[in-house]
Amino acid sequence: MAIVGSVAAIGAGLAVIGVGLGIGKIGGSAMEGIARQPEAAGKIQTAMIIAAALIEGAGLFGIVVALLGLGG
Amino acid sequence: MLKKIAFLSIVFILSFNASKASAPEAHEVEKSEKYDPVPEIMHHISDAHEIHFWGKGENSVSIPLPIILWTNNGIVSFISSEFHHDEEGHHVVEKNGQKFINSHGKIYYANETADSHGSFVSHGEDGHTTNAKPIDFSITKSVVGIFLTMIILLLVFTSVARSYKKNGGIPKKLTGFMEPLVVFVRDDIAKENIGEAKYKRFVPFLLSIFFFILVLNILGLTPLGFNVTGNIAVTFVLAFISLIVTLASANKNYWKHIFWPPVPLALKPLMIPIEIVGIFTKPFALMVRLFANITAGHIVILSLISLIFVAQAGSGDATAWAVSPGAFALTLFIFVLEVLVAFLQAYIFTLLTALFVGMSVEEQH
Repeated sequence: MAIVGSVAAIGAGLAVIGVGLGIGKIGGSAMEGIARQPEAAGKIQTAMIIAAALIEGAGLFGIVVALLGLGG
Repeated sequence: MLKKIAFLSIVFILSFNASKASAPEAHEVEKSEKYDPVPEIMHHISDAHEIHFWGKGENSVSIPLPIILWTNNGIVSFISSEFHHDEEGHHVVEKNGQKFINSHGKIYYANETADSHGSFVSHGEDGHTTNAKPIDFSITKSVVGIFLTMIILLLVFTSVARSYKKNGGIPKKLTGFMEPLVVFVRDDIAKENIGEAKYKRFVPFLLSIFFFILVLNILGLTPLGFNVTGNIAVTFVLAFISLIVTLASANKNYWKHIFWPPVPLALKPLMIPIEIVGIFTKPFALMVRLFANITAGHIVILSLISLIFVAQAGSGDATAWAVSPGAFALTLFIFVLEVLVAFLQAYIFTLLTALFVGMSVEEQH
């Protein structure tokens, strides 16, 4: 059985693990915060979306590098 | 409701099982017999010299776009239909005494003679084309996308401005739709991050950035096949403009914080290079964030649709039809996510630009 695909795919997968953990943690804390103070739900949600987008940006750096390495 | 979900999930799972059942020797099939979706996907997210609708090769139905090249002998321009849909480097166009060839969407100077395959380009060791290139100023698909966005924004916002004048500040239909967005950018993005005293100067710039990126992102999701913000050159220019605005409006306090940060003396040799590099990494992150988010979204959508073609190449037409509902359902889900991402990325770009501008005009505290 031969291994198909590229090492770049492994790199991209590792980057996504980081993003998943980070955004999961943010989501968890946001849920807790909303549970404690339902009236602050709007602000917490906004802050959560911003933090998630920034973490995703960092993770996508890894994806871009994986795409660049796809050639060989 | 529950019954509907159960029914759909059963259909979905069955469609996957159908493909497995009719491909017992799938793992022994040569790579060349399977459908490789990667070149098609890459072709769809790249820029092109024509707006291609359907068809392949000679039978393509497309709108040709002008090609404008700055060559060694001056500016040469012609319409891309002169290449007769050839992207393999076979058809030579001669203008102004110079020969041009189209290889994979890029324009090169053609070699004098064709090689054994009839191609006028030479390739290096790793498959890259080694011909020289004229400087390409063509109106490509992305440029048409930008012009289209410009027209849309001009039409919408001049009508909104006129409507305010005519109705004395009371918003009607389109204005009523735009007003919350504009007020949102002005209050929650500009005023919040730049401060009450100085935010007014930057509101037009922030509004332009927000709506430009938003409309371009949404345009990329339409079937017209534009991919403008997924082009790193476009996001580079946007981030560069952001950097220029930040640096041009920086006050003495900002430069003092960069070149003589308020940290203990022992740390200063470490902090000063970090701060200087930091001036450039922030717009760089803006550029890569927008580019990667939009391109990744487009690639995921295209890959999910390619599942149907992979199934067809691997197991025949019947499997392809069976896989289609599942593929469409997944694609629809990702599409909805991508609309959210379109808004979110425009918001994040504008927010971070406002943040950086705010940091550069901040007074001593």
